[in-house]
Amino acid sequence: MKAFSTHTGVGIPLRRSNVDTDQIIPAVYLKRISRTGFEDGLFAAWRADPAFVLNDEAYRAGSVLVAGPDFGTGSSREHAVWALMDYGIRVVISPRFADIFRGNAGKGGLLAAQVTPDDDELLLKWLENHPGDSVSVDLAEQRITCGPLSVAFQIDPYTKWRLLEGLDDIALTLRHADSITQFEATRSALLPTVGASAA
Amino acid sequence: MGRTMAEKVWDAHVVHRAEGEPDLLYIDMHLIHEVTSPQAFEGLRQAGRPVRRPDLTLATEDHNVPTLHIDQPIADPTSRKQVETLRANCAEFGIRLYPMGDAEQGIVHVVGPQRGLTQPGMTIVCGDSHTSTHGAFGALAFGIGTSEVEHVLATQTLPLRPFKTMAITVTGELPHGVSSKDLILAVIAKIGTGGGQGYVLEYRGEAIRALSMEARMTICNMSIEAGARAGMIAPDQTTFDYIRGREHAPTGADWDAAVERWQGLVTDDDAVFDAEVVIDGSALTPFVTWGTNPGQGAPLSASVPDPESFADEGERQAAQRALAYMDLAAGTLLRDIRVDTVFLGSCTNGRIEDLRAAADVLRGRRIDPNVRMLVVPGSMRVKVQAEREGLDKVFTDFGAEWRSAGCSMCLGMNPDQLTPGERCASTSNRNFEGRQGKGGRTHLVSPVVAAATAVRGTLSAPADLDPQPALVG
Repeated sequence: MKAFSTHTGVGIPLRRSNVDTDQIIPAVYLKRISRTGFEDGLFAAWRADPAFVLNDEAYRAGSVLVAGPDFGTGSSREHAVWALMDYGIRVVISPRFADIFRGNAGKGGLLAAQVTPDDDELLLKWLENHPGDSVSVDLAEQRITCGPLSVAFQIDPYTKWRLLEGLDDIALTLRHADSITQFEATRSALLPTVGASAA
Repeated sequence: MGRTMAEKVWDAHVVHRAEGEPDLLYIDMHLIHEVTSPQAFEGLRQAGRPVRRPDLTLATEDHNVPTLHIDQPIADPTSRKQVETLRANCAEFGIRLYPMGDAEQGIVHVVGPQRGLTQPGMTIVCGDSHTSTHGAFGALAFGIGTSEVEHVLATQTLPLRPFKTMAITVTGELPHGVSSKDLILAVIAKIGTGGGQGYVLEYRGEAIRALSMEARMTICNMSIEAGARAGMIAPDQTTFDYIRGREHAPTGADWDAAVERWQGLVTDDDAVFDAEVVIDGSALTPFVTWGTNPGQGAPLSASVPDPESFADEGERQAAQRALAYMDLAAGTLLRDIRVDTVFLGSCTNGRIEDLRAAADVLRGRRIDPNVRMLVVPGSMRVKVQAEREGLDKVFTDFGAEWRSAGCSMCLGMNPDQLTPGERCASTSNRNFEGRQGKGGRTHLVSPVVAAATAVRGTLSAPADLDPQPALVG
C-alpha cells in the first residue's frame, strides 16, 4: 500500500447523504477480476446526469471528495474504494462513514476523514461557492484546510499509523503466526470444518 | 460485571491483544463467492502465500449466476469469466466449491445455515455485507472487503476493533400477518441507516423468541441496512432444533457437549449494553419502503410522506431526491402505488418458509395481468424442497416464473434486472437507486406483501385481497 502523508487537490462538493456503494459503483461494474480499471464505474448512474458535480469542468479533476453523512453504506464491495482511487480521489470527507467502507478505505490507502456536521457544511458551501478551489489534507496533523477554513478530522490511530507508514496488514498479522498456531491448538474439536476439497 | 453474547464470542476468539492495536480475531468459517474474491486470490499468488485453512473455507457461485438455462455456459462473458476464475482459484488453493448446477449451490448465506455450518458462538465472515444473516444462530458474523478476504485466506484471522453493543428488544407478540421482514424494516426506519453504525445489534424479547430460525435470519440479514456490521440472536431450543441432524452438526455425545457450550453464550443478566432500543412488536403492521434507502419506510397503511414534514434539512433533501427518483408524489397512499414487477427471493427472503408464506397467499389466485413475478429460491435445496411440496406449481399456476437459485434481481448482476423506470415490490434488502437494474425503482416488502401485491397490482397486504377461492381439496 502506498503511504499517505499530505495531499492537496481540487475539492468536489457532493451534497448528498447516504451515498451507498451501489451509487459509488453499480454491481454491473463489479465483474472484473483485476484490481484496477474501475474508474469508468464511479458514480456511473449519476454521471449520466450533465448536472452532476463531476461533470462540471471545475471539479472534474478533483481528488478530495466532500460528501454528506453516511458515506459508503450498503454492500461491502471494496470496488467502491478502488473506483474512487482509480478515478483519482485520494481523500473522502464526511461526518459519518459506514463501517465496512471505512475499513476498506484504510486497506486501500484512501483517506476517510471524518469531520463534524458543521465543518462538513462549511466545506461544502465553500467549494460550491468557489469551484475549483483546492483542499489540503495533512494526515499527521489531522487537519483540512480550504480557502479560509481550517478544520480538524478524526481517524482511528491505528489506521492513521498504517496509512502514514504504508503498511501491509497481512505482513503485520503474520508477525503473530505463532500465536495463531497456538490458538488453533486450543480450538474445540466440535467446531465444523467443510472437509476436503471436492476437486 | 456480566458480558453480552457478542462480547463472549469476541473474547473467545482473541488470538493476540496489545495496547494501541486492534485485537487479532480468529475466524471459524470463511465463506467466499465469485465477486469479491478474485483480487484476493491474485494477492495471495503475488505474495506466494497459501490459504491457511482450506478446511474452514467454503465457496459458492451466487451473485452472477443466471436463474434460467443453468445447464448452459453463462452467456455474459464477463460474468462467465468471474465464475470461471472462482473455479480455477478454488482448484488451485484446495477450496470446496458448490458451482452452478450443483445440488448444494445457492446464495452463500442460505448455503451455510442449511448445511449446519453456521453454529452458535462461531466467528463467520464473507466478502458480502449480508453475512450478518448468520448472527441469527448466535454467531458473530459480518461482511468484509476484498483486502480482508485476502487477509483471512492467508491468516484465518482479522485485526478488528471491538464493536459497541446495542440491545433491540421487541416486546409482545407480532400480530397475525406481520413478519420478521416488517419488523426489521420498522427497526431500520426507527434507528436510521446509520443508527447501528459501530454496533453489534442483539435482538431480544418475546417477539424474537417466538420466531423461527428462518425468520430470525431475515432480521439479522438486514442489520447492515441499519449500519450495523452484525446482528445476533441468542441461541435457544429453536436454534438447536434447526441445527440438529444437518451435515456439519455434531452428533451423539458431541451434540450434547456442543449444546451445553452454546447455552452458555447468552448475554448475562447483569451485562450492560452501550445502547438500548425497545419496540412494541404487538403494534407493528405490514411495513414497506417508499424511498431509496432502507430507512425510508412506513406502514403500508400510510401515505408517501411530504419531504417538508422532515425537521432535519439533510433528511428533507434526501426525501425530495428519493421521491423524484421513485416518481412518487407526497400524499399518495402507499396502497395505490402500482408495480410492474414482483421479486420473491434473495438472502433476506429466499428460504422455504418465505416461499410457503407467499404460496399460501397465491394459491387459487391469478396474477395481475400487468405484473410479472419472479420467484427465485435461495438455494438449489430450497428449490428441490419447494418442488417436493408442490409450491412451484402454485407459483406457475398463479402466473409467476419459477427460477433456479441465486442472488438474481436483488442486485441484477445476472440477466434478472429491472429496466429504467420499472417499479418493483421486492423481498430483497436494498432499495438503492438502480440496485435492481439501472433506473429501476424498488419497494422493499415481506413475502406475503409481495404475493398480495402480485395479485392486486398495487402494494398490498393479504388482508386487502378478496377471500381466497375455495381450494380444491
